[in-house]
Amino acid sequence: MKKVVFLTFLMVVGLILPVQAELRIDVTEGIFKPIPIAITPFSGGGDAEMTKLAQDITSVIVSDLESCGLFKVVDPAAYIQSANDVMTNPRFADWRLLHAEALVGGLIRRQGSGFQVDFRLFDIFTESQLTGLSLNTEANNWRRVAHKIADEVYEKLTGDKGYFDTRIVYIHESGTEMKRKYRLAIMDQDGESHQFLSSGESIVHTPRFSPDRTKIAYMNFGKNNKEPNLHIFDLQTGQTSSLGAVHGLKLTPRFSPDGNTVILSIAEKGTTSLYTMDLATKQMTKMTTSSGAIDVSPCYSPDGRQIVYSSDRGGKPQLYVKNAGDPGEGARISFGAGLYHNPVWSPRGDLIAFTKQKGGVFSIGVIRPDGSGERLLDSGYLLEGPSWSPNGREIIYTHQASSRSKVALTCVDIVGFNKRKIKVPGEGSYPTW
Amino acid sequence: MRLKITSLLAVTALVTACGPCPEECVTATGQGALAEEIAEIAAESPCVPGSQADFVENVGDRVFFDFDRSTLRSEGMETIQRQAQWLAQYANYGVTIDGHTDNRGTVEYNLALGERRAHAAKEKLIAHGVSPERIRVISYGKNKPIIEQDGSEWAYQQNRVAITVLQ
Repeated sequence: MKKVVFLTFLMVVGLILPVQAELRIDVTEGIFKPIPIAITPFSGGGDAEMTKLAQDITSVIVSDLESCGLFKVVDPAAYIQSANDVMTNPRFADWRLLHAEALVGGLIRRQGSGFQVDFRLFDIFTESQLTGLSLNTEANNWRRVAHKIADEVYEKLTGDKGYFDTRIVYIHESGTEMKRKYRLAIMDQDGESHQFLSSGESIVHTPRFSPDRTKIAYMNFGKNNKEPNLHIFDLQTGQTSSLGAVHGLKLTPRFSPDGNTVILSIAEKGTTSLYTMDLATKQMTKMTTSSGAIDVSPCYSPDGRQIVYSSDRGGKPQLYVKNAGDPGEGARISFGAGLYHNPVWSPRGDLIAFTKQKGGVFSIGVIRPDGSGERLLDSGYLLEGPSWSPNGREIIYTHQASSRSKVALTCVDIVGFNKRKIKVPGEGSYPTW
Repeated sequence: MRLKITSLLAVTALVTACGPCPEECVTATGQGALAEEIAEIAAESPCVPGSQADFVENVGDRVFFDFDRSTLRSEGMETIQRQAQWLAQYANYGVTIDGHTDNRGTVEYNLALGERRAHAAKEKLIAHGVSPERIRVISYGKNKPIIEQDGSEWAYQQNRVAITVLQ
């Protein structure tokens, strides 16, 4: 399903300039002022097709960097040099007058049946090149090239890995409340290259990527919505397979960090317990045993040693953390008023995102694995199902503003700023990133 | 062993044979309506003993719960007792209990809660003598509403149910 991308980083293009990364964004809390960056429209030389490609690539880079909220692109009308000139001889003193702090330029030329992009990123204050790369690919990969350049800029200026060359899987919803259609869908993180992965004949829920992002584990209600089971969709083959006929109602699958195990919940006889399934042997191991409890929504820590999950064994749903190595009950970490659901461990390991339900209001929040430092990032009529960006900097979730509103995908930075809707053709819920 | 109503003849015969029958069905059969129309009316009619409609109208297919609860209320227990009696009479039927919740919760927790409700109804049916082999349990959580949610308390109330469906 996924196109094989022939994309090579040819070389690091160097200018003879001192390399020092003075320009670094450090956002840890509070309101952040975006860093002004000048992105000169990439040049396609005299080639009309390359010029069009250069425009498209520039606009995706600009859109990526602006969407994350950390950058403000300086109005191109004020630019005092073309991309060609910036690539060879950037006039830093003049760019400083525009209050730009970083500067990007790029050239595109035909290369076989594809094209090559050379781009450079400069720190205007230190007058130094922060990075320079040459990328070579087929023409239909232009979006990914643009995202990779945006990732480079993001990484050099923030110190965090970029997340623009990534995809989001979610549940596409359509139809009225009474006749709702749920379809598994995938798209680029900016909503482009959208594809449906299921027909909508059966209800599908809770998709989750494998660590290498080649597979999606999800719940599928099957024929006539009467045969619920967990399925794995293989993005490389386009095939979907059932996780096997095990007793009970199987819910909330999630891959282990090594991709060899799926942890899930099975609801049976009024009790919902955690299980692991070895994907190679299909061997199941029961991980929690509280009779009558709902232990649900398990998620591994990034090192694979711990599991966070939601359990109502103390009366109401709260967050618990347990050892991933052996069966047994976890230790409660959430003690605030309200109900806690859908915990998801950050890829950085330092935070757990969750859904909180209190007094008819739903919130998305984060808490440290030891239960300290709870913070709510967004609240409203119905918010649920958080998922982390691969760099652990953003959280995407289901957002419904009122009972009559459409269900949307919303994204927010972990410090709670730059809340924005993610473009979806219709309605969407339960994103996984 | 699953009972299916296949004979139209039987349906038309039964329509006139039972209790409170709506005007339309009498008229329709009386006029010798087309077979499909009869079948359609029969499917909707509360008048066929042993049908899903009879079960829904005269026994009650829904058992309600309080918000975030899966404990049976007294009227629910009475409904289940009637269901068990009816199922004793029509022993060919298997049933599926569908667990549902209102939408004030997460997809994940509500799927588990729906199962717990459906299981509570199943246990009660078994206590009243229905064989466990005849009962299947499934949960749709909040994702298959049975009534449009308009934000009112009433609507939420209506959606906190386990529904017994004949097979």
